[in-house]
Amino acid sequence: MILLDQVSVRYRRSEPLVLRNVDLTVGEGELAVVAGPTGTGKSTLLGCVAGLVPHFTGGVVHGRVVVGGRDTRTHRPGDLADLIGYVGQDPAAGFVTDTVEDEVAYGLECLGTAQPVMRRRVEDALDLLSLAALRSRRLRGLSGGERQRVAIAAVLATGSRVLVLDEPTSALDPGGAEDVLAAVHRLVHDLGVTVLMTEHRLERALQFADQLVLVEDGRVLAGEPSLLMEVSAVRPPVVELARLAGWSPPPVTVRDARRRADRLRHDLAAAPPSSPREPAPGPPPAPGRVRIRGLTVRRGRRQVLHDADLDIPAGVVVALMGRNGAGKSTLLSASAGLVAREGGVVDVDGADPADLPAQQAIRLVGLVPDDPRLLLRASSVADECVGADDDTGVTPGATRRMLARIAPGLAGAHRVNHHPDDLSEGERLTLAMAVILTAGPSLLLLDEPTRGLDYAAKSRLSAMLRSFAASGLAVVVATHDVEFVADVADRVVTMAGGRIVAEGPAADVLLSSYVHTPQVAKVLRPHRWLTVGAVASAMKGEG
Amino acid sequence: MIMGTVRAVPRLLHPLAWWMWAVAMAVVANRTRNPLILVILVAAVVLVAELRGEDRDRRMTLFLWLAAVVVGIRVVAQIVFGGGAIGTTVLFRMPQVPLPEWTGAVRLGGPVTLEELADALYGGMSVAAMIVCLGAATVLASPRRLLRYVPATLYEVGTTLVVGLTYAPMLMDDARTAWAARRLRGRDGRGPREVARVAAPVLSAGLRRSMALAASMESRGYGRPGAGRQGTRRVAGAMVLTGMVGVALGVFGLMSAGTSRPVAAGCLLVGAALATATVWRPGGRRPPGRTVYRPDRWSSAEWSVLICAGVSVAAVFVVVAADPGALTPSTVPLSVPDLPWPAALGVGVAAMVAWTTPVPPDRMEHRP
Repeated sequence: MILLDQVSVRYRRSEPLVLRNVDLTVGEGELAVVAGPTGTGKSTLLGCVAGLVPHFTGGVVHGRVVVGGRDTRTHRPGDLADLIGYVGQDPAAGFVTDTVEDEVAYGLECLGTAQPVMRRRVEDALDLLSLAALRSRRLRGLSGGERQRVAIAAVLATGSRVLVLDEPTSALDPGGAEDVLAAVHRLVHDLGVTVLMTEHRLERALQFADQLVLVEDGRVLAGEPSLLMEVSAVRPPVVELARLAGWSPPPVTVRDARRRADRLRHDLAAAPPSSPREPAPGPPPAPGRVRIRGLTVRRGRRQVLHDADLDIPAGVVVALMGRNGAGKSTLLSASAGLVAREGGVVDVDGADPADLPAQQAIRLVGLVPDDPRLLLRASSVADECVGADDDTGVTPGATRRMLARIAPGLAGAHRVNHHPDDLSEGERLTLAMAVILTAGPSLLLLDEPTRGLDYAAKSRLSAMLRSFAASGLAVVVATHDVEFVADVADRVVTMAGGRIVAEGPAADVLLSSYVHTPQVAKVLRPHRWLTVGAVASAMKGEG
Repeated sequence: MIMGTVRAVPRLLHPLAWWMWAVAMAVVANRTRNPLILVILVAAVVLVAELRGEDRDRRMTLFLWLAAVVVGIRVVAQIVFGGGAIGTTVLFRMPQVPLPEWTGAVRLGGPVTLEELADALYGGMSVAAMIVCLGAATVLASPRRLLRYVPATLYEVGTTLVVGLTYAPMLMDDARTAWAARRLRGRDGRGPREVARVAAPVLSAGLRRSMALAASMESRGYGRPGAGRQGTRRVAGAMVLTGMVGVALGVFGLMSAGTSRPVAAGCLLVGAALATATVWRPGGRRPPGRTVYRPDRWSSAEWSVLICAGVSVAAVFVVVAADPGALTPSTVPLSVPDLPWPAALGVGVAAMVAWTTPVPPDRMEHRP
């Protein structure tokens, strides 16, 4: 169905090839997952298949891309609309109309479908993605998972036989992501739709994949998922566990892994329990430097945060979890004094950041928003550092030194002239953190920092946050990424509907939940293990 | 008879009906400078927009602020540049700056009279009311829905306009977020320099979003080369554009005093004829190769909206015809404006559409 023959892509003459000599075949009715480190050409590969590269983005493509018998050299994306459905990273940015039904019908209108046919197709698409109940809802009021499903329904309605999805679940909570993946899986099984999708969190998608496409440095390796996992640079926790236990070929699903884990479970039963950060028995940590009491925020007629109480001791990483729209971001920005609150106090080292002028507030609380670009505005890394020195009123060069401390590579001479937009997601996040940390806050807040990060970048981030905590900072991370939480957090706070519903040591909260359970815990249940790292150190201790 | 639709099934009204209603209200606002009538009119328009707006999140607040700003600017401008042109009741004196001869009637500072302030206030209110009417149109029926009725030949222009129009609120959201985010960098000052610092990230975010939208539209088949021949499409496009210019000139002429009425009306008629001629060409209604999913119905509720709007306009025109000064309260000498009952009732009739039209599906609980 999808055929790439010796495809090479280059956006600018001066730049290296983004894809080089790629050969790829995806058969009809296959689900192919594209994985690889960030910035290696995954989105470009998808764009090539959808015809957006080069027709829309510019650049030079060598070789041949044929989808369903049509060559993208001679067909513009619009001519492929009845064959290929492309959904970009932010589906909301691609919405053309106001309501679910209109959006699903939009493509059919463009293609000039006759009305009776159009009605049938719209109904089918709504049913296939379980959207019938939402049909007259406004797109703006939908949750992230619903938006993603609407975007898929909209491209499916035109009769697309090929779906090209760029990170369909990266912005979604575990529940929403599961809904989207289940829907995609159903399309593949029932309708024989061919799917090509990128995914950073392989632990979610790998179990559905017929074919894994690894992209690294513009080169592509495709094949059976479990075989490729032996050589892949990106590996979900279950595969890491398999490597540790010496299972080959590695299982890619929790179910397979559980069946082979009997022996491991038995061995680990004797080992000292669980995560390295299991709280020592005794009284809960003393109320620390951050106290939040009765924090309430109203947006329009809706109360988005009800009476939140939270203590964050120094030196502790707290993960804030919950569905999209549960109030996590609101809690963070209200704590930083960014949004007006209706009631409550925030006490950081004896002062309330909302009462202070900004220059003093950032010495108490630093917040990295979900899009770090909001913080950055200079045209190069070096200028950004100079600007941050000026903003925070520290000695010139302090930000640059901070950056050199947390990301030596980025502060190096040949990188500092890059535009922040040209950095990878992880580098941009690091730069934003350096800018924030220069002010020396006691409380560091991060909103969805792991979006778009590969496993390596995530584990670097996690090590970084642990070291900040070790130096006495209180850290709060709002995230959907269960594996990241298992890796980094001491305590977990769960929110729903603007309220805090659960709070406790990470292991307790994660292991008692059905939705927020890391893969390792699923495999090794009933034992209390959260991460591969913990298992590894236990096994080393034994050996 | 009209009231029969009160318990109608919730649905969205035909966008043309709402836009025609809003334009009629704007015409009424334009014809009157009577502050009492204008207040009633704004109240009626806001009431209808609040009860029948299709999107609960899209509110009139922004437009009301804008209207208030317009009135404020008009009055302040009068204080600064008026120089007591009319009236004798001097309230206070501004320091006067002598301007050279060639500036003519423009003065800077000088005495400020009560009469000129009243005059500025009335004029400003009239413009402000028109802004509220335009805002109500976008709240009542999203411009995107109206786009379906844009003639085929103008479709591309229309799409650009509408995408731009619905994009503005998003840019506002972005700007608000970026403005708040300055605090994270330790900046909470105001002033042009701070605005400039925020502008770059906001504009680049807007650009990224437009690119994503354009990519989505492109890959979903928008703007596929249609079946229509290039030549005929060009001729039709030219006809529509000329027609629209004619309509605009005509409307402007009719609304401003001092233009010959017949000439203006002629412009309007010829323009409208030219524009509609292309619309009614066979196959000209929509771009070739494009269909509409669910065409809006035109039924009694839509008629009721048009009738109510028509009654309002007629009432105002009748009142003006009977007594040309009725809706222009005298400012020299200044008197308390009285309320011309027929005009007030006429405007009140326009508010009845809040009860003659079905509830939008999204907001059942706001049934009056």
